[in-house]
Amino acid sequence: MRGKLSAICLGLLLISGCGRNVEHTFYTSGVIYCSESNPITFNPQLDTSTTTADATSHQIYDKLLVFDPDTGQITPSLASSWLISEDGLTYTFQLRKNVKFHTTPYFSPSRNFNADDVIFSINRWRLASHPYHEVSGGQYPYFDSIGLADNIETVERINGYRIEITLKRRDSSFLANLATDFSVILSAEYGDNLLVKGVPHQIDIKPIGTGPYIFQDYRKDRFIRYERNEEHWKQLNSAQALVFDITPRSSLRLAKLITQECDATAFPAQTELDVIRTNDELTLAEKPGLNIGFWAFNTEKAPFNNPDVRRALAAAIDKNTLLEAVYFDSATRAKTLLPTASWAYQNDADDTAYNPVLARRLLSDAGVPPDFSMTIWAMPVKRAYNPNATKMAELIQRYLQDVGIDAEIVTYDWLTFRKRLQDGEHDSVLIGWSADNGDPDNFYRPLLSCGAIPSGTNRAMWCNQDYDRLLDEAIETNDIDERRAIYQQVNRLLFEQQPLVPIAHAYRYQAYRNELNGMSINPFGGVKFGGVSKTE
Amino acid sequence: MIQVLLRYVVLFTITLVVLCAMSFSLAYLFPGDVLENLTGISPQNEFQRAAIARQLGLEQNYFVQFYYYLERLLAGDWGYSSASGLPLLEEVSVALPATIELSTYAMFMAIVVGIPLGYYAGVKCYSTTDYTLNSLSITTYSFPVFWFALVLILVFSLQLDVAPISGRLSLLFDVESVTGFIMIDILLADNIDHGLAIRDALSHLFLPTVAIGAITTAAMVRITRRSVIDVMQRPYIAAARSRGLSSWQIFFRHVIRNALLPILPLMAIQITTLITNAMIVETLFSWPGIGNWLLQAIYQQDYPALRVGMLAVSALVVTLTIIVDLFNRLIDPSRDRFERGTI
Repeated sequence: MRGKLSAICLGLLLISGCGRNVEHTFYTSGVIYCSESNPITFNPQLDTSTTTADATSHQIYDKLLVFDPDTGQITPSLASSWLISEDGLTYTFQLRKNVKFHTTPYFSPSRNFNADDVIFSINRWRLASHPYHEVSGGQYPYFDSIGLADNIETVERINGYRIEITLKRRDSSFLANLATDFSVILSAEYGDNLLVKGVPHQIDIKPIGTGPYIFQDYRKDRFIRYERNEEHWKQLNSAQALVFDITPRSSLRLAKLITQECDATAFPAQTELDVIRTNDELTLAEKPGLNIGFWAFNTEKAPFNNPDVRRALAAAIDKNTLLEAVYFDSATRAKTLLPTASWAYQNDADDTAYNPVLARRLLSDAGVPPDFSMTIWAMPVKRAYNPNATKMAELIQRYLQDVGIDAEIVTYDWLTFRKRLQDGEHDSVLIGWSADNGDPDNFYRPLLSCGAIPSGTNRAMWCNQDYDRLLDEAIETNDIDERRAIYQQVNRLLFEQQPLVPIAHAYRYQAYRNELNGMSINPFGGVKFGGVSKTE
Repeated sequence: MIQVLLRYVVLFTITLVVLCAMSFSLAYLFPGDVLENLTGISPQNEFQRAAIARQLGLEQNYFVQFYYYLERLLAGDWGYSSASGLPLLEEVSVALPATIELSTYAMFMAIVVGIPLGYYAGVKCYSTTDYTLNSLSITTYSFPVFWFALVLILVFSLQLDVAPISGRLSLLFDVESVTGFIMIDILLADNIDHGLAIRDALSHLFLPTVAIGAITTAAMVRITRRSVIDVMQRPYIAAARSRGLSSWQIFFRHVIRNALLPILPLMAIQITTLITNAMIVETLFSWPGIGNWLLQAIYQQDYPALRVGMLAVSALVVTLTIIVDLFNRLIDPSRDRFERGTI
């Protein structure tokens, strides 16, 4: 009897143990990435969240241009070269030949990538008359927030592999915008196909692109599955299979990374960084990120429409404490919207200082009653620019108590939260922004320009004509020094108006197992798995 | 016998109707719109709302509404999840098999390990071995399952690295969910290495099965031991001994079968505990079962899902309990008709 029992126990142990060593090649054929949430769509034109960009932009699609992850320079991708006219208004792109779209059970392309696909992709968000414009909601938040569609005069086909884009005004950030995660190239042939079938919305659910991985399957809250695109034009040494294992709990993502169930993970928590650093099997890549975490006031509501009230609130909080308590020193203090990594960073910009006495005086001068109460909306998800918005909100709540304001913390699930923010239901909100390219216009315009209010990226609902005029002036010149001088004026204006309080620029972290080859941290937007493989 | 069967059928039906009534009343008890709680659809306009309300019979009294509700349940129209927008019947039929599968393996472990150990302890009753086994099983039985699962993860996954901690199968295996039972799905899937996949699935099963099974195993040891001790004190054992049978002969001819009969009804009670434990452990191991699914529904305030999930789980437990009870009657007709299960 005893022998039988121990045999059973031993058997159970053996079964569980041996699966790991046998057939090593199978487990090294694919890469598993523990991502933090469900993508909202499979077309990054439609959504600015990092989750959507991670799951789509670099995996399924290619863009005309890309940023070099090391230098930040714009380099060729689907456009093999480009020319800018003397007046800076006409851009001519030479397109790459022999680029194939994905062949999947739901679509087989009959032709290679050409000018029609570029025109289709750009016109989809540019022209309200385009048959696909209204499909999946008709909102293109990134392009809407920077007002790019209004500035493009024409997109014309010169021949099959050459297109010409004419702008209305000079825009020195135009090329950078075409290299962002959102400027992906879709297949025009697939679009036509779906229109004939009468199911156009499928273009954003079952994606077709030219990227290094082909979309296979998606189960909400479970996984996204991709396979290698054998015909990718770049011939990268990518893994056979790529799986996004959707794991919302950060501690579980770390645990899975340690037990080899994941090869790389998204957004390690600040408290977990030391565990990763001390583990010999893991690599922690870090780079100063192009992001900003801030506290924005709803300037459409009284009393937050008064700059003095906003300045008082900014003086009521101690940013250094927030940095220590929420970011665990993995971030730098923000003075303006721009992080140090940007070329337009202003070292001597004005910064707010912790001064509750001044705050109380400004508040009483502005006529804010002593028992005034307001809401602080804390975003429910973890982002590099704000790893714990609730905790930050609690700290701010305490600071506000000191100046006689009763603050209530509000939070919803992420989708509802963003929808209600867009409707302007908040008094103030703790949120942030990850830039999509290194151009300063990518911070200033989407965050605070008038045009960004309807697209929902201007959380302060702040509209200032001077501000917009300065931003327009800045992108109409290609002279770096001149632009830098204009952005200094912008910083001054923001400091006086204080529509939002810049809090921190966080480092970007990515944790992965040492077996992964070719993994690099991308300061510009999403994670990239083209060219990533596992050591046998 | 027919009378007994009839009695069970009636009991079963009444219980189910009461459960349905409770789940129906949840639509009214939950916060929010009754119409949305019942269907999971939020109407786009008043016209659509009126059409759905008519379909649900919302303008009529509660009894008529309940009748319509039962009709829809039987027709398989369980409404939609307000979080994912998918039909709830489909979601439950994916999640429930995963829980049943896990519970089955845990029950199997409890029977294979627990009953022999219980016999052993019973035969050697009041010896050192017995005391050791008994105190071990009491200790295990007292473990909070949540804590026990975490300790297993800490030791076997994070320290020793012998078992994975989440899911049912490495995601590198592309296995289509056909039946919802992972082992069957693996066998049905083509273009994968079946041997490798099964090994992988077993390694995923190891920790959750042990976490759930250990507590039921401990219960089994104690139940079996008690039963064996009772049987050993019966006069026919003394008679057998006086006939000159050896201990082993007595054990195999008389003890095994007679001790087994009282165990079965007590096993039925363990099933409820087992499923409850399985639902708790699932969330720790990200096992895609009904417990995990319900927890997500709570997080997302998905009231239609909670209403249906509660109904599905309780219906499952009731069905299992009644089947086991009936089974007990079949193999032990000597049981008095009015006797109720005890522990």
